[in-house]
Amino acid sequence: MEHDILPGVLIIGALAAATLITRFLPFLLFPAGRKQPQFISYLGKTLPYASMGLLVVYCLKGVAWTSSPFGFPEVAAVMSVAGLHRWKHNVLVSIGGGTVIYMALIQTVVPMFFS
Amino acid sequence: MKNQQQSEFHYAFPRTIPVMVGYLVLGMAYGILMKVNGYGVWWAAAMSIFVYAGSLQYVGITLLAAGVHPLYAFCMGLMINARHLFYGISMLKRYQDMGKWKAYLIFALTDETFSVVCNEEVPEGLVKAKVFFWISFLDQIYWLSGTLIGVLLGSLITFNTAGMDFALTALFVVIFIDQWEGQKNHWPALTGVLGTAACLWVFGPDSFIIPAMVFILAVISVVYKRDEKRKEQVGMSKPQTDGRREGAHHGA
Repeated sequence: MEHDILPGVLIIGALAAATLITRFLPFLLFPAGRKQPQFISYLGKTLPYASMGLLVVYCLKGVAWTSSPFGFPEVAAVMSVAGLHRWKHNVLVSIGGGTVIYMALIQTVVPMFFS
Repeated sequence: MKNQQQSEFHYAFPRTIPVMVGYLVLGMAYGILMKVNGYGVWWAAAMSIFVYAGSLQYVGITLLAAGVHPLYAFCMGLMINARHLFYGISMLKRYQDMGKWKAYLIFALTDETFSVVCNEEVPEGLVKAKVFFWISFLDQIYWLSGTLIGVLLGSLITFNTAGMDFALTALFVVIFIDQWEGQKNHWPALTGVLGTAACLWVFGPDSFIIPAMVFILAVISVVYKRDEKRKEQVGMSKPQTDGRREGAHHGA
């Protein structure tokens, strides 16, 4: 397959521009030297926590809760990550362990018991 | 000088390892998909260098293949990446004195890089801007490397990588827990999780992000207004005292 260069370049340019806007806009609207509106500083203190919650859900948006295996691997793996992290407080252990558990679940356990 | 540089790198690198795993795998999958759709190494590299936004790049494959109007692609880009506005607002303070590094730091503020830098307390003696730069730059190197491996060597991978991308979900869960333990107020985190989950349920997986953002903003502004009112009731002179204290702090 050969693709025309120009339309593709324009689309990539449009995607890059849109991404730049979403990343730079807050910094352009509220530049460092000037005093921020109080509500914006308040958002700066609360949004990091809300954003991480949003991101966790965003990662799990593709899970099919109503059909087999009913989100079992995702729930089990997220709980393993949380458990490992509360226990050891080692980022690499929590993430590595959770990922290995998830891979084992979807590669071997789910095909064995859920299909 | 050299030593200093190295110590910032040495501090930053371990913090990026979870992102490395996730980005190599997801970048590879992305490269393979680009290749399958007839877009070679230059197309894929251009996307990962200039757009550098995971989920938008995946959607971008369909946009490229369908040959959509650039304006349509632009609107899709704004919609899918709108959540980055939240990261920018969250980082306004942290990134205010980043000098010449600032533009790149903002450009490279992906979900994953944000999740690492938003919680990062850089130890004394290290230059913050350089630590943040290394974290951001290494992350983009991982993403680009994954992309290139996918395009060039995708057909050679026989190892079953299914599920490895869970590393990124795990990263977000870990940071969520760290934030939770470091905070007395849990309502922002709860609003983020429960509000987004409710919006996902109501609006479906393709269009829940913007409603979720609106919902989160609404809850935060209601709490903010309530707090303001409470402050007013406690005493009119309060803001002045706060101001003076801040001034003294700057002087010291």
